[in-house]
Amino acid sequence: MLDITTLTKRYGNGTLALDTVSLSVAPGEILAIVGGSGCGKSTLLRLIAGLEAPSRGAVRLNGEPITAPRPEVGLVFQEPRLMPWLTIAENVAFGLAHLPKAGQKRLAGDALERVGIAAFAGAWPRELSGGMAQRAALARALVTRPEVLLLDEPFSALDAFTRHDLQDHLLELWGWYQPTMILVTHDIEEALFLADRVVVMQPRPGRVRTEVRPGLARPRERTGLDFQRLKQHLLKELDRSFQDADAGEATNPAAAI
Amino acid sequence: MTGSPTASAAALAQPVSTAPASAGAAAPAAGRPARHARRLLGFVVPAALALALEAAVAGGLYDGRLLPPPSAVLATLWELAAAGELFEHVAITLWRVGLGFLFGTLAGTVLGAVTGTFGLARALLDPMLQALRAIPSIAWVPLFILWFGIFETSKVTLIAVGVFFPVYLSTAAAILDVDRKLVEVGRIYRLSAFQLVRRVLLPATLPSYVVALRSGLGLGWMFVVAAEFMGASKGLGFLLTDGQMTGNPTIILASIVTFAVLGKITDGLLAGATRPFLRWQDSLGNSRR
Repeated sequence: MLDITTLTKRYGNGTLALDTVSLSVAPGEILAIVGGSGCGKSTLLRLIAGLEAPSRGAVRLNGEPITAPRPEVGLVFQEPRLMPWLTIAENVAFGLAHLPKAGQKRLAGDALERVGIAAFAGAWPRELSGGMAQRAALARALVTRPEVLLLDEPFSALDAFTRHDLQDHLLELWGWYQPTMILVTHDIEEALFLADRVVVMQPRPGRVRTEVRPGLARPRERTGLDFQRLKQHLLKELDRSFQDADAGEATNPAAAI
Repeated sequence: MTGSPTASAAALAQPVSTAPASAGAAAPAAGRPARHARRLLGFVVPAALALALEAAVAGGLYDGRLLPPPSAVLATLWELAAAGELFEHVAITLWRVGLGFLFGTLAGTVLGAVTGTFGLARALLDPMLQALRAIPSIAWVPLFILWFGIFETSKVTLIAVGVFFPVYLSTAAAILDVDRKLVEVGRIYRLSAFQLVRRVLLPATLPSYVVALRSGLGLGWMFVVAAEFMGASKGLGFLLTDGQMTGNPTIILASIVTFAVLGKITDGLLAGATRPFLRWQDSLGNSRR
């Protein structure tokens, strides 16, 4: 159980990136966070990952506050961020240094099998396409079977076809051991396709605006009527969130700083 | 004897493309014969000039006193080698370059790593080192002779100073250039400071560090000549001044040829020793033809 309570992050330059955000994420839930740029969604993810410390409030995993990166929380970035000097298998085993070599190799091999690129275990990162590199990044994050998997716009740099392919694949991976997944994205369709719950954030300062439970049966049809209706609804909410942020700045210039 | 050093030097000059060729990879060899032919073209003009000189001297058109023909240079080299003299000169010069390279590299690496890593150290030390770098290193010679005498210490110090700057600059720059995003991956996996250095910073900086070592070594060879000009009784640099004093250009050219061969060999050894660690690099072998 992941609990986020009155989480606030103010950066050194005074920017209020996140303002009293509270969220609860159930075990095994897939939560998507959508919002325009500057709404604090990436900051939120970095706080959950323990890469940054909150100004106020806390993130708790099973009651324990997260203050630094933890093995129970995995993170996949927008870029694969593979170490170019390690083979794909070595990259996947990057977080397994505490295990004996044989165990590392076996776990990395299993994870690569899961993400479907076992044949590339000995390849260098530069030899992989963007989609395959991101699969390797998924394998690296999942190889330790973290309770929570954080994904920071993981497919936004990929072409549409590869992106859909990896979205399907991510659901398959979820079926492996049902980790909690928190996905930050600016792609509403991606959020609706994957998530049990979509949280819409609004910018300046970053706040939770509303949330939607798609409640659609899986596999979801991106072209289905209900899917499109939900998409329109979320688009409207996002539009309004920006209008409200602009209006808020107009009436209260201090908030902009 | 005379053929083998040149042959190995030529092989070391293009080590990257010769290795896969010997591995028997037939597929990517399409552009290779052409590339070999292109490389041989580079020998045409110098060989023609050498042959012309040789013929001119043999035919009595030129006496070859100031510019001796290749055969005379090779004969002198052979004589020096047979007398064991060449070996002595080479050994002491190699020893000086080796020591200077060692100390210069150590100092450059440590200071470069410190200023590259810590902003405070950079603010404190970098301006001073940059100012010192602006001094032509030969200008230190009188001071070093006063401080360290005319024997080995002043020579090795001068070489070390020459090696220090390229190593220092590249090490600091390489550390500053490390992708912060990869460092963050290290943080996610809770690496300690030491593990971060060993598993992320070191491999990430290695390519530029190797380049730094190679340019440092090149400068080491440059500075050993200057160092041996200042009162040496042995060494290839001494051989140069000796040739000048006795009015014997053959000796000078023999020494120059030896410098070239040694410089090429040591650079090739350094490149070869570090290549296994850089196999992952995208550019290696592609960018260097």
